Parts: sequence; C-alpha cells; structure tokens
Amino acid sequence: MQEIINIFVKSIFVDNMIFAFFLGMCSYLAVSKTVKTSIGLGLAVVFVLLITVPVNYLIDNFLLKEGALAWISPKLATIDLSYLSFIIFIAVIAAMVQLVEMFVEKTSPVLYAQLGIFLPLIAVNCAILGASLFMQERQYSNIGEVTAFALGSGIGWFLAIVGIAAIREKLRYSQIPAPLKGLGITFIITGLMAIAFMSFLGIKL
Amino acid sequence: MADINFKLIKNPLSKENPITVQVLGICSALAVTAKLEPAVVMSLSVIAVVVLSNLIVSLLRKTIPSRIRIIVQLVIVSLLVILVDQVLKAFVYEVSKQLSVFVGLIITNCIVMGRLEAFAMSNKPFDSVLDGIGNGLGYSVILITVGFIRELFGSGTLWGYPIIPQSFYEMGYQNNSLMIMPPMALIIVGIIIWIQRSRNKDLCEN
Repeated sequence: MQEIINIFVKSIFVDNMIFAFFLGMCSYLAVSKTVKTSIGLGLAVVFVLLITVPVNYLIDNFLLKEGALAWISPKLATIDLSYLSFIIFIAVIAAMVQLVEMFVEKTSPVLYAQLGIFLPLIAVNCAILGASLFMQERQYSNIGEVTAFALGSGIGWFLAIVGIAAIREKLRYSQIPAPLKGLGITFIITGLMAIAFMSFLGIKL
Repeated sequence: MADINFKLIKNPLSKENPITVQVLGICSALAVTAKLEPAVVMSLSVIAVVVLSNLIVSLLRKTIPSRIRIIVQLVIVSLLVILVDQVLKAFVYEVSKQLSVFVGLIITNCIVMGRLEAFAMSNKPFDSVLDGIGNGLGYSVILITVGFIRELFGSGTLWGYPIIPQSFYEMGYQNNSLMIMPPMALIIVGIIIWIQRSRNKDLCEN
C-alpha cells in the first residue's frame, strides 16, 4: 500500500509529465489559453490515462513480454513480441479513445459536451503513449501500482496545464516584449514552473 | 519548378521552422537535448521517419479514405518507428538506452502527423519527400543548437569530449548543472524563439 501511495505522489510531483519529461507539450501549448478549456482537456487526459495504461499493462504482461505467452502453453514461453509494443499500444489508445468517446456520449451528455472536442485530440497526445511506454520501461510489479502511476501522471498533467492557463490569462495584461509574446513567454514560464517543481525532488513517503 | 522545390527545404529551416514557429514536436525536442549525441541521433531518426512516412502517405493519398486517415497514418508511422527503433538498438545500443521512450514517441510526435496532414495528404510524392527533409532539418537545427548549449555549459563537454580546459576548473569555473536539468531546455527554447522573432518581426504574435 505504501509503495502505491509513493508511486502516486511521485508521479504527480517529481516525475511530472510536463515538467520532467515534456510529454504532451503540443496540446499543453495549444490549449492553455483559458482556464476553462484547459480544465476540460486536463480531465480528458486523466480519464484516458486511467483507462489505457492499465489495459496496456495487461496486454504487455500477458501477450507481448518475453515469456508472456506461457499461460497459453509452455511451448510458447520463448516468444518475445515486445518489438510489437509500439503499434499495439497506439492501436489500443486509438481504440480506447473511440470507445470512451462513444460511451461518454451515450451515458453523460453533459460530460460529453465538455470533453467532446478534446477526446479525438488525445489519441495523438504524447503524454498518453509516453505513460504506456514508461509503464513498460519502469517494470511496475502489479496492476495497483500501474493504476496509481496512471492516475498520478494524469493529475500532474492536469495541474500543469491549469496552472499555465491561469498564468497566461493574467499575462494578457502585462507588458511583454513583442517578440517574446505568446509562445516565447509560455516556454520561459513553463521553465520557471519546472524549476519550482524541482523542489519536490527526493520526496519519499 | 526547381525554385519552388528549393523553398520546400529552405522555409522550414527559418520562417516555417517546425519547432519555433509551427510549434510541432516539442516534447521530444526538449527531452533528448541534455547531450549532443542523443540529440543528433534523435534528429536523424526523426528525419528518416518524416521523409519515409511523407513519401508513403503521399503515394497512398488517393486510396486512403478520409474518415480513417488518422488510423492509417498512425499505422504507417508506427511501422517506420519500429524499424528505426530496431536499427538503433542494433547499432547504437547505448544511445538508444538514453533515448528510452522517446524513440517510441516519434509516433505521436506532432511533426510527423502534422506534416502528413498538412502536406503529404495533398501533394505529390517528390514534393512530400522534400517537405519531409526540410522539416526534419528544421527540427534538427533546433535540437542540435539546444543540445550544443546544454552539453557545453552543463557538462563542459561536446559529444562526450571535454572542451573546457582543466585550467578553467582550477581557477574556480564550475559546470552549471541546472543546464542538464529539464527546466533549462524550456528556457533555452524560449530564448531561441525570442531571438528568432526579434530578427523576423512578422512572426510576432499580438
């Protein structure tokens, strides 16, 4: 249990998707102009991460890893399909995003109206694929840890995009040198936020 | 004709740079630039993927139904990335370990998808290849610049060889270890954008 909480906190603050690994920067820069839309995108990312990462974990463990096929028959234990992981992961993500979109549309029209336009964007958000690949690389030991990692990364991404959106709303009234306006200042402020997040380095529960 | 083709390569290097102007492919650009060598390897991989995927999609552009084009593009790109990943693992294993997940992330690198959507789907194969080369190079220029600055000031080396003489360290010079941390990558790119836009006024945003 303690390990799970540790992974959760660590993936929000220390291994933050944006500030430590720059994942999902494209949508982070494009959709962070107002707080409201950024909350929508942030929620959609948390949602999709929470579904795709555990699913990919199961696929990786029971189909792709070296020896993962042993549960079908011991003869298959030598097969290593891990080179297929990129294409399988992206297919799972694209399919999951479609499913989630249809499910949300049917069950909760309010949520759909909020997330609707962002969901298709998410299939090509590198934070999602990145989380699955990190999950594979870091070799978490069970599904609980993987879920904690997925939720934590999602929340970390959410915090980052809402934070920068709030700052950018205020920035509109400040005097910035013309060439630095827009993209340039956003980069520099993200850098400063990343330095602030570095102060969480080494937190361990 | 030759004149137009030349532009396809030249524009992405400056006025239409994929990173600083089109804002595509930022994620990997920042994450692999702590050292020069991974930055160069990453650039080469991205050039290969962009050029080949542009070519393939452009050849298939009349047969891909527009409703499922994203999926088709993703499949083509992920196949190419698997190839690149296997080649890197076979020939430069050390660097491929350093790049870790970022090779896989070329799949969702917005540069690749963005150029496929914006150019290859509506242009001839030859032009698409040129566009791929141009954008790949534009990406590389920024990556290599950032990698150069960060390795030189962060570790005092270039490509792993020490550049800053020992006597400097004896006089009290120290490597700026903040440079190899993630935040400085963002700030350096921000400064590059600043320099580029102040030299090129029509790129400024209002």
